[in-house]
Amino acid sequence: MNETLPRKVKLPRLSSRGDGIFRTVIIGLSLIIALTFVLSIVLLGQQSWPAIQEFGLGFLTTNVWNPVTSEYGALSLVMGTLLTSFLALLISVPLAIASALFVAEYAPKWLANPVGYLVELLAAVPSVVYGLWALFALKPLFQQVQLWLYTSNPDLTGHCIELFNSNKTSLPCFFMPQVPTGLGFLLAVTILAIMILPFTASVARDVIRLVPADQREAMYALGATKWEVISLAILPYARAGIMGGVILALGRALGETLAVAMVIGNTPEIIKSIWSPTATMASMIANQFGDAREGLQRASVVGLGLTLFFVSVFVNLIARSIILRMTPKGL
Amino acid sequence: MTQLLTASNVDIYYGSKQAVKQVNLNVEKGSVNALIGPSGCGKTTFLRAINRMHDLTPGARVEGQILLDGQDIYSSGIDPVEVRRRVGMVFQKPNPFPTMSVFDNVVSGLKLAGMRDQRALMEIAERSLRGGALWDEVKDRLKSPATGLSGGQQQRLCIARALAVEPEILLMDEPTSALDPASTAKIEDLMTELKKVTTIIIVTHNMHQAARVSDTTSFFLNGDLVEHGQTDQIFTSPRDERTEAYVTGRFG
Repeated sequence: MNETLPRKVKLPRLSSRGDGIFRTVIIGLSLIIALTFVLSIVLLGQQSWPAIQEFGLGFLTTNVWNPVTSEYGALSLVMGTLLTSFLALLISVPLAIASALFVAEYAPKWLANPVGYLVELLAAVPSVVYGLWALFALKPLFQQVQLWLYTSNPDLTGHCIELFNSNKTSLPCFFMPQVPTGLGFLLAVTILAIMILPFTASVARDVIRLVPADQREAMYALGATKWEVISLAILPYARAGIMGGVILALGRALGETLAVAMVIGNTPEIIKSIWSPTATMASMIANQFGDAREGLQRASVVGLGLTLFFVSVFVNLIARSIILRMTPKGL
Repeated sequence: MTQLLTASNVDIYYGSKQAVKQVNLNVEKGSVNALIGPSGCGKTTFLRAINRMHDLTPGARVEGQILLDGQDIYSSGIDPVEVRRRVGMVFQKPNPFPTMSVFDNVVSGLKLAGMRDQRALMEIAERSLRGGALWDEVKDRLKSPATGLSGGQQQRLCIARALAVEPEILLMDEPTSALDPASTAKIEDLMTELKKVTTIIIVTHNMHQAARVSDTTSFFLNGDLVEHGQTDQIFTSPRDERTEAYVTGRFG
């Protein structure tokens, strides 16, 4: 008896056409993203071609930015970008992790949520507002410290100014102000550190909350104190995720333009002290693009953009390989 | 045989909900004790009171007295961290520390206790891994990540990790429920060995497991300790009809 039961319901013919359309749309959309990436490199390369032809790789290794003599080299700006970003990270990451731990592990619920919300709100403040705040609130403060350093060590001050003028520095002078305006490297680093804090903090908070309870309990059950549970079980488990938040922050710091341009002093020189006025690639683009209508200057400014693009991609690749190595195996 | 653990009139609450009611229980040194009962009967809740795990749960409250070697572990002068060093625990799901090697997992409790001497650590690691019946399988990869082990091996690693600090009592919360039958059999065999060095209290859903491995059995139902006795007696001639219904498989 191989007879099948008669069908009572008539099913519509199956069709996989919808699948095909969906696949095409998805591939198309993702190609657009890839295309945008390639196009921006091509366009930046095209626009900066005169500068690339003129200076070649020397654009990256010489330290001069002189529109009068038409000489452009981005060394001080590349260094400005990297130094401000990494120092800002160095300051902001411990603070961000501390705030994440406070919110996720220590604060009672009624306090944790508002504090977490406030930290996230920091990310919503426009950078021009940070710039203004730095100018009006922090700059006078920094200036006072600089003046105090100036007047309290007159001998050292004189010695350092001589060194600075002959384009040199020394270890003690590295902490002495160059010109007591308040503006400069340290102010830019400070404002950057505050601006990137919420990115690391909110990612770190989320990954810390996601650490499974059995990991905490395993450590507690061995006779660990709360601090030992945090440092030996929670943070190691969450470290790859926290690193992801650090990369987000780093990306933001590398590209931050306006707030930095407002407070860094905009002098294309390698820093001689933590107080030195200097510039970053992004701040330089913002300052010079308007004036650079044509010719070599414009090409050089676009060249800065291209360099910034590659520096960001490169730093991200390194960071990603670090994350990969930090991720626990088998998870 | 001496009484190692004595629980008297233990009540446990989550907020206003009472999960364990007036439990009295004695545990002898060097024995395996099974806590059985249907889901939600309070057996795991009671187990977690013995190493003060409830201190970590906001709103959880333990009342009554639990004496470990004559000392009330809930008296005000006692640090829960100290209690947990004396009472080890193995969990339902294997939970090795994924960023640590096999070796570092085993000695993590010793390092917490401040032990730094590499030679001594290595010695104890080997002894504990042998105790966990895992040494032969991992002796060549002590430095590789613990998450590379199979589920059964991971659970035995967790047992070795708990053994390394030489706990007076080892709590096991359904230690084989996430494992395959072969791994389960290995861990059951292990328990008979382990009672030479420690005392085991095991929560299990599996009545056959309780019958196979334990000396005494306690049957929990709705937060009450219904019956406690020698395992043989509980399974062959239970005094309470609810116990009989449960062990003969009529509910749960």
